[in-house]
Amino acid sequence: MQTSTYTDAVNRMLDIEDLHVNVGDKEVLHGIDLHIGAGETHVLMGPNGSGKTTLLMALMGFSNYKITKGTILFNGEDVTAMHADERSKRGIGMLFQRPPTISGLKLGKLLTAISHDKTVDIPGLAKSVHMGAFLERDINKGFSGGEIKRSEVLQLMIQNPEFVMLDEPESGVDLENISLIGNAIGALLEKEKRIVKRAKSGLVITHTGFILDYLDADKGHVMCDGMIKCHGNPREILKDIKQRGYRECVECPHA
Amino acid sequence: MNTPGISKEDQERLAQSGIDLSMENRCGSYLQMNQEVVDAECSQEGIEVLSYKKAMEKHDWLQEYVWKAVSKDKDEITKYVAAQNDPKGYVIIAHKGSSNILPIQACLYLGRETIQHVHNIIIAEEGAELHIISGCTSGGHVGAGAAHYGVSEFYVKKNAKISFTMIHTWTENIEVFPRSASIVEENGVFLSNYVCMQPVKKVQMYPTATLKGENSVARFSTIAIASPTSYIDVGSRAILEAKGASAELITRAITRGGTIISRGDIQGKSAGTRGHLECKGLILKDGIIHAIPEIVGMVVGTELSHEAAVGKLAQEEIEYLMSRGLDEDEATATIIRGFLDVKIAGLPDALQKQIDATIDVAEKAGF
Repeated sequence: MQTSTYTDAVNRMLDIEDLHVNVGDKEVLHGIDLHIGAGETHVLMGPNGSGKTTLLMALMGFSNYKITKGTILFNGEDVTAMHADERSKRGIGMLFQRPPTISGLKLGKLLTAISHDKTVDIPGLAKSVHMGAFLERDINKGFSGGEIKRSEVLQLMIQNPEFVMLDEPESGVDLENISLIGNAIGALLEKEKRIVKRAKSGLVITHTGFILDYLDADKGHVMCDGMIKCHGNPREILKDIKQRGYRECVECPHA
Repeated sequence: MNTPGISKEDQERLAQSGIDLSMENRCGSYLQMNQEVVDAECSQEGIEVLSYKKAMEKHDWLQEYVWKAVSKDKDEITKYVAAQNDPKGYVIIAHKGSSNILPIQACLYLGRETIQHVHNIIIAEEGAELHIISGCTSGGHVGAGAAHYGVSEFYVKKNAKISFTMIHTWTENIEVFPRSASIVEENGVFLSNYVCMQPVKKVQMYPTATLKGENSVARFSTIAIASPTSYIDVGSRAILEAKGASAELITRAITRGGTIISRGDIQGKSAGTRGHLECKGLILKDGIIHAIPEIVGMVVGTELSHEAAVGKLAQEEIEYLMSRGLDEDEATATIIRGFLDVKIAGLPDALQKQIDATIDVAEKAGF
């Protein structure tokens, strides 16, 4: 595995330099460098508690995840100090692992709000991810694991971000739903398009790697203790981790 | 509907209170401006909408329903209304088996600094179904000293149903003291909805439903926002007196700096009864939400429960919506709108839509 950062990408979408993030008083991320080119999908792996979700939440702009040092450039623009809505409007989107339940807010109403003035066939899109019957339900209230993921994907389909972050899209999803969700995510990332025509990028947290069947990820990164310890081919990293666990990563000298 | 002397601006306030001046979606109406009865009509067969005076002249038997649900000596307000030589207000009678899909509207308009008093009697006879929307509004210009004293007595007979949706659109000088009670007989259903989204100086009321008949039902829902100068003391009470009777009391209270006292009381006096009380409060700006839920069980076989919660908007929820592209104000309003969304079982669409529309107006103004 190589440990260099990516300086060769021509069309950079996301450039993270020396990012430090606090949750409360505690520093969780200690200087992250990550570069994702247009059309690329990267995979983020690492043991529980290593800071993967923290990185995604900080990139999305959640105020609990305080950036104390470093910069985030999105399409060349410094978004480090921006609120979540400003980042969203610039094309950053996220599939949450555990989104909040909002009492009384109907999924359909939220989708309408997300679509703003765009004309979107909400019922049709909902049906395509088997969420047609959920439009009048309170968002995430009593949703199963798979239903939460389908609702998240549906929201992203309407939001249509240029850069999609996916926090464990396969967790809590049964085998039948995984292909539905996988294909929908593949479409979000324009995986049906030829590589040169792809404009959308992604950053995916996965433990199982099931989702890789639908994404053909370009690069993989392993995070340990709030640092990215190594980079490489995502399938090879996954294979290594499956065989030997994360112990070697934790002990890896290249950090 | 004829509305002499009501300015265009106040007509809009009436509309916010659910009054449809075109009458397109209403089957009858009663309009009282200050102490003057302007209109009382109903086109629905089997239902009468009359002024109190006319009703008493027409039907001797109505005497049996006067001051029977509400006690004349209850307090200063009822005594004041009882002491009037020329009582105002309306009487609505849904005769046996009648029903209205389009609601009847009762509009009480307060246009000057005076005490407006009304005494209403609403009767749904056996098997009848009656839906009423009561819009209470004051002129935007009315100064201090204006008050509304309203006594309402509801009688829901066997297998009958009454829904009463009251929308208040007052101004910050008005004091309001409704006094209402209902008596529900076997298999009867009484739905009471209260919406107050606009400023008011003071509201104080504690409507009570006495479920006398077997399997009778009462549902109260209250949606109120207290602006900084508002003092809103609202409760609802259900007394379960017969086997199978059940009650549900739901409140959503928001303060933007004012005070809301949210009372609730369910008394289980008979076996085989059930009741649930729920109050959720949201504090947007320092103010008071004081929830006082009470349940009193008196016999084996009554099942009562309550839950009350007061809190703030969750930052996590706001930012979740912001991550979808809603700005902070939109996200906040969307969450508050959801918080206020109470769907009332058994309420006709037209009325649910009216409640929704009234909340939408407040949402557009940023709550």
